Amino acid sequence: MTAVHRSVVYDWLRHDKKFPHVWCPGCGLGILLGSLVRSLAQGGYDKNQVVLVSGIGCSGRLPVYVDVGSVHTTHGRALTFATGIKLAKPELKVIVVMGDGDATAIGGNHLIHAARRNLDLTAIIVNNLTYGMTGGQYSPTTPLGAKATTAPYGHSEPSFDISALTVTAGASFVARSTVYHVTQLDQMLGQAIAKKGFGVVEVLSPCHTNYGRQNRLGSQVEMMKGYKKQAVRVDRWEKMSPADREDRFPIGVLADHERPTFLETYQGAVDRAQAIRKEG
Amino acid sequence: MAAGTSKPAGRAAKANRKGQARLLQGNEAASLGALAAGCNFFAGYPITPASEITEYMSREMPVRGNPFIQMEDEIASIGACVGASLAGRKAMTATSGPGFSLMQENLGYAMIAETPLVVVNVMRGGPSTGLPTNVAQGDVQQARWGTHGDHPAIVFCPSSVSECFELMVRAFNTAERFRTPVIFLADETVAHLREKVILPAEGDLEVIDRRRPTVPPDWYVPYKTDGSLIPRLADLGEGYRYHVTGLVHDERGFPTRRPDEVEPFYARLFGKISRHFDDLMLTKEYSLDDAEIVLISYGCTARSCRAAVRLGRERGIKLGLLQLLTLWPFPRQAVEAALTGRKAALVPELNMGQISREVKRVNDGRTQVIRHSKMDGTMITPEEILGRMREVA
Repeated sequence: MTAVHRSVVYDWLRHDKKFPHVWCPGCGLGILLGSLVRSLAQGGYDKNQVVLVSGIGCSGRLPVYVDVGSVHTTHGRALTFATGIKLAKPELKVIVVMGDGDATAIGGNHLIHAARRNLDLTAIIVNNLTYGMTGGQYSPTTPLGAKATTAPYGHSEPSFDISALTVTAGASFVARSTVYHVTQLDQMLGQAIAKKGFGVVEVLSPCHTNYGRQNRLGSQVEMMKGYKKQAVRVDRWEKMSPADREDRFPIGVLADHERPTFLETYQGAVDRAQAIRKEG
Repeated sequence: MAAGTSKPAGRAAKANRKGQARLLQGNEAASLGALAAGCNFFAGYPITPASEITEYMSREMPVRGNPFIQMEDEIASIGACVGASLAGRKAMTATSGPGFSLMQENLGYAMIAETPLVVVNVMRGGPSTGLPTNVAQGDVQQARWGTHGDHPAIVFCPSSVSECFELMVRAFNTAERFRTPVIFLADETVAHLREKVILPAEGDLEVIDRRRPTVPPDWYVPYKTDGSLIPRLADLGEGYRYHVTGLVHDERGFPTRRPDEVEPFYARLFGKISRHFDDLMLTKEYSLDDAEIVLISYGCTARSCRAAVRLGRERGIKLGLLQLLTLWPFPRQAVEAALTGRKAALVPELNMGQISREVKRVNDGRTQVIRHSKMDGTMITPEEILGRMREVA
């Protein structure tokens, strides 16, 4: 196991990018990075055919460590760049890493339209319930009542359910996992990357430095234990009463269906255009 | 423009092969110019008075098997263009003032990540929704300084339908050569004008492609340059696995804050443009040799100036015109030469003096420079220019 792991790290991480990474000790992003490269290695993808795209924030710094084509874009816009890359070169596997503020606040419009369009992209949305890089301000996923540096008296807004949002907007594949459930996370990422159409994996990841400290959730270890307690497999979740669901959330595959992708439907337009032009 | 049948575009394509005369709208000519220059990716969002370009591309791109996409907004449109360009496409988007404001964010990204692409801004009255169907030239300084941070900018401005075609080819060639976004700054009048255009025969056009790396991937240092200061750009997915970022980066493309790496980065970003100023400065002269009073203008206003020069000379006033086709970098040398030895210079424009300010800066007190501003949503007429002339002369 150790040998396999070392080889994956050696094969998929950049040799000329200096570690340690930029994240706080105990941050979940390192676990996600490991999970992502394992999923790519296990999926047998060619490094030259994978492009990682990210926005701005702690999660935005993830692609630079991976030895693939990597594009660190502007805040909230990663999906728009990824759309251009995928349309320009459909043979590429384009994976987008975003945070909750990145994907659902400033980039919320791009997220719902990417899901609706169903272009072949994988969106990994790291949800730490806060803006970590800028110091713990509230994000669209900060729970009602929670403390943030811009909600010192408790947050006044309800939060988004990222997975439910993307299911409704039309994504072909939606799954949720946490950085505590690493084996499942590997699988969810692998499935999403392999899926034809727009795939979403919402990854809950602790920000003990900002969110945890302000809300007295203890160390990163305590926050990880919280995921263990709160996360419920989706098949069990469906049988639970509303009372039992209190303070818990489902993990696993939340939506998985076949829909025509943008590239398929656009090919139809190309065929019709060329036929019409040929007729003159 | 008439709703989407493929026939006008088909005829245009035929004309393009034979080098025929065509009656074209400015927006059509700009679209044809883009296609002639090799544009093979378009992303846009509808907006008056630029929508004809987006509609034209929606008809032509699928015929060529190339991607066309109408994105959810202008931010997304230019984002898609940057992504497509990094993956090797020649990308364009087209918009007007409100959309151009939204694009400033990713325009800055294209600048710092040195991504070739063309952004069309067909100017209408602003700020905000302003005068959506009226002409204005209020975005001249925005095109230069719209995105935050200090940066160079290349902006071309057509004043005829022919120039829409020619300058668009030039815009793509410039973007590709210098690895930079180029702004094609038209105005509502020129964009909606219909004129005769002689399209060059295919093959008569010079089309420039970006320089791609010739070394094997292992040797590729993405931002290492030669004397041109313009780094070679590898397409994503071709084995050159490198990093692109909107952060200031070192030669390898990795973020840096080291002053000894940051300073050379900016020096090169500016230097790659300033080193080639001479190739970028496009101006046209009309009756300038013996002119006592010089008009300096651009876009649709330069058309009125041409008529004013003709009418003025018929009435015995020795007028001449310097038309600016390149607005940024500001064509300082041509303007200096045009100002030297004149009684006065008049700068008519549809804003409160965005270019006359530049002319005054370049003039440095040697000639009397007078601005002539108009902001009522209509063009400046030749008679208005001649009237203003009488006031000052």
